[in-house]
Amino acid sequence: MTPALPPPDPVEPKEYAMTRKPHFAALALAGMALVTCATQATPGFAQDRPGPGGSTVEVSNQGQEVYEQICQACHMADAKGGGEPGAMIPALAGNKNLADKDYPIIVVMKGRGGMPWFNGVLTKEQIAAVITYVRGHFNAYPDPVTVADIDRVVAADPPVPECNTCGH
Amino acid sequence: MSDVFTPPTRRALLTMIGKAGGAAALYQAMTVLAHAADSQFTGPPRLSGARPGSTVLVLGAGLAGMLAAYELTKAGYKVQILEFQGRAGGRNYTVRGGDTITEIGSKQQVTFAQGNYLNPGPWRIPYHHRTVLHYCKELGVQLEPFLQINHNALIHNRKAFGGKPQPYRELMVDWKGHVSELLGKSLNAGALDTAVTAEDKTRLLEAMREWGVLDKNMQYTKSFKLGEQRGWERVPGGGVNGAPIPNDPFSLTETINSGVWQTLGFFAEHVMQTTMFQPKGGMDHIGKAFQARVAKMIRFNTRVTKIAQDDKGVTAAWTDTKTGATGETHADWMVCTIPAPVLNQIDFQASAQKKAAIRALPYGNSVKIGLEMKRRFWETDHAIYGGISFTDQAISLISYPSAGCFTDGPAVLLGAYPFGAGAYMLAGMTPEKRIQAALDQGSVFHPAEYKAEFLSGASVAWNRMPWILGCCANWTEESRAAHYQNLVAMEGRIVLAGEHCSYYGCWQEGALLSSIDAITRLHQRAMAA
Ligand SMILES: Cc1cc2nc3c(=O)[nH]c(=O)nc-3n(C[C@H](O)[C@H](O)[C@H](O)COP(=O)(O)OP(=O)(O)OC[C@H]3O[C@@H](n4cnc5c(N)ncnc54)[C@H](O)[C@@H]3O)c2cc1C
Repeated sequence: MTPALPPPDPVEPKEYAMTRKPHFAALALAGMALVTCATQATPGFAQDRPGPGGSTVEVSNQGQEVYEQICQACHMADAKGGGEPGAMIPALAGNKNLADKDYPIIVVMKGRGGMPWFNGVLTKEQIAAVITYVRGHFNAYPDPVTVADIDRVVAADPPVPECNTCGH
Repeated sequence: MSDVFTPPTRRALLTMIGKAGGAAALYQAMTVLAHAADSQFTGPPRLSGARPGSTVLVLGAGLAGMLAAYELTKAGYKVQILEFQGRAGGRNYTVRGGDTITEIGSKQQVTFAQGNYLNPGPWRIPYHHRTVLHYCKELGVQLEPFLQINHNALIHNRKAFGGKPQPYRELMVDWKGHVSELLGKSLNAGALDTAVTAEDKTRLLEAMREWGVLDKNMQYTKSFKLGEQRGWERVPGGGVNGAPIPNDPFSLTETINSGVWQTLGFFAEHVMQTTMFQPKGGMDHIGKAFQARVAKMIRFNTRVTKIAQDDKGVTAAWTDTKTGATGETHADWMVCTIPAPVLNQIDFQASAQKKAAIRALPYGNSVKIGLEMKRRFWETDHAIYGGISFTDQAISLISYPSAGCFTDGPAVLLGAYPFGAGAYMLAGMTPEKRIQAALDQGSVFHPAEYKAEFLSGASVAWNRMPWILGCCANWTEESRAAHYQNLVAMEGRIVLAGEHCSYYGCWQEGALLSSIDAITRLHQRAMAA
């Protein structure tokens, strides 16, 4: 007979408590100049990843260039997104949700669904510039988005809009 | 008959504990016996005795889905798998000559020579990923060493050495030397006298001199001894000019600028430590081996559009992506391994907490680019056999093939593997421009050969793969606390599984461990129902 053994301790290993967490307000206000990889915030076991390198490349401060260097990876060069129904990348061109400038600010800062947050990846200046570009160039909302707008939204800390097809 | 007087072997004892106390007790016992502290794997699930006729629907034919189908079939369930793509394996994927890479917005024809390949997703398996290694053995997947660390590979940083790459070996030795010299100085200046005992101070000074290869004055300077670690101006030989000539170490500032400590830290991580393995001939041999066991159960080109359940069973509605036909599949139970960026767009009858968990899970991005070169110039001209050269450009690294060293003919280099900003930059380019960028940036390592020897390239941008829209799940400490348990909890007749349902994010080990846990709980519930 084997004596009954206690179950494994459910307490999480201590490294979880010590890893950096990308807190919305804290990181945004820090206005990080260094471009870091969002995945480095993942606590616990390290993902398979390249190691030091490409996640530290510098991104432009100019709106159109930020779009081309970052956003177009998913939203495509024409900002029309793509995919099949049920597995879509939302279009940013002709997107009515962008009428309210707070909407793209929240989504870029906090992420939504499959899209990661970009606070800590892009600076507030870069985020303001690229949202201004997307609203003005791919939509008819020419009023600029400023760093002050971002600070205002960060301070209010609204929830991420809950809709599945916001982008379509 | 077993001999009652012979003490049980450790294995027999563990089997007994496993039978008496289940997997948790077994794991605890194995840990106590210092046997398995580096893995939660306690062996395949060994489920049995499913109720006759009971059925399971598995969504997704990646590794998590196929393991579920394989083990549940063994347990006696009738299993069907619905898979979006015309291919099994999911992220377990290898591209070869003749393949077409289909991204949202582009198609590429791969023209690599026979036998050459690119692993766009998983490419290495650490020695302690026991679940993956177990199934490789069970399913007959041949493994070979993956050459993870190469001291003769290069580190490039635009801010160091005027942009000239330097061997990892030299930078690593210089880092160690400079740090030792500085620690020696602080110790000798008494700066650490309140932190270390006199005895430790003496021993530390001795250690720094030996480990850092310092001279008798505790200075990091060129010497024969140092040459034995960092290499030579003239290497030892025979005859008249046999005597080696040592070379000068790099300055402290340049060594810091190279960022070599990051590479040291990277290789020090448990999941990056050697021994590392890869399947012979391409990572997809794992997926193919699972597929060979479950092939009849898979319905390909079947995109699930809706998931529902009631107290009698589960239903998945789907669209056939080839014919446009729609249909529904019913079963008693469901294992859903659809990655979160797609699952969050599907009409899924689940609790508010479960939906919130799925929505709170963004995926990172990554790009891999394979460059086929006419010959292995990195081996013949530079004595680099496998391993990784790192750069701070968008491509992040290049990696030399681990297999086929010393062979003639074309070979495929990994020409880019970035995460973060570099990955978005490359992903946003057309496939042709990606190759151009990879050649331009990679040339920094091997300017004489890189473009001259180039034959063809192929790339995969994970965020543009229509069936996942990303690379791997990005958990944070906060989202884990708020959502992880809600994500993995079995709800009614449906349980989720996959890489995203594990603490081993972006490893096949996580996908498999999650699947074993999910089907074990499913089986328990089915037996209790
Ligand atoms: C760039 C990169 C590098 C990696 N490196 C490593 C490494 O070196 N070592 C390692 O071990 N792991 C690595 N990984 C991680 C590894 O690939 C994953 O953890 C693992 O393959 C995930 O398996 P899965 O079954 O959970 O998901 P997947 O393999 O993604 O399977 C999900 C399946 O669901 C299908 N599907 C999606 N939507 C639907 C739908 N609507 N209807 C029906 N089916 C659908 C998909 O087509 C897919 O086949 C890497 C991953 C990436 C992307």
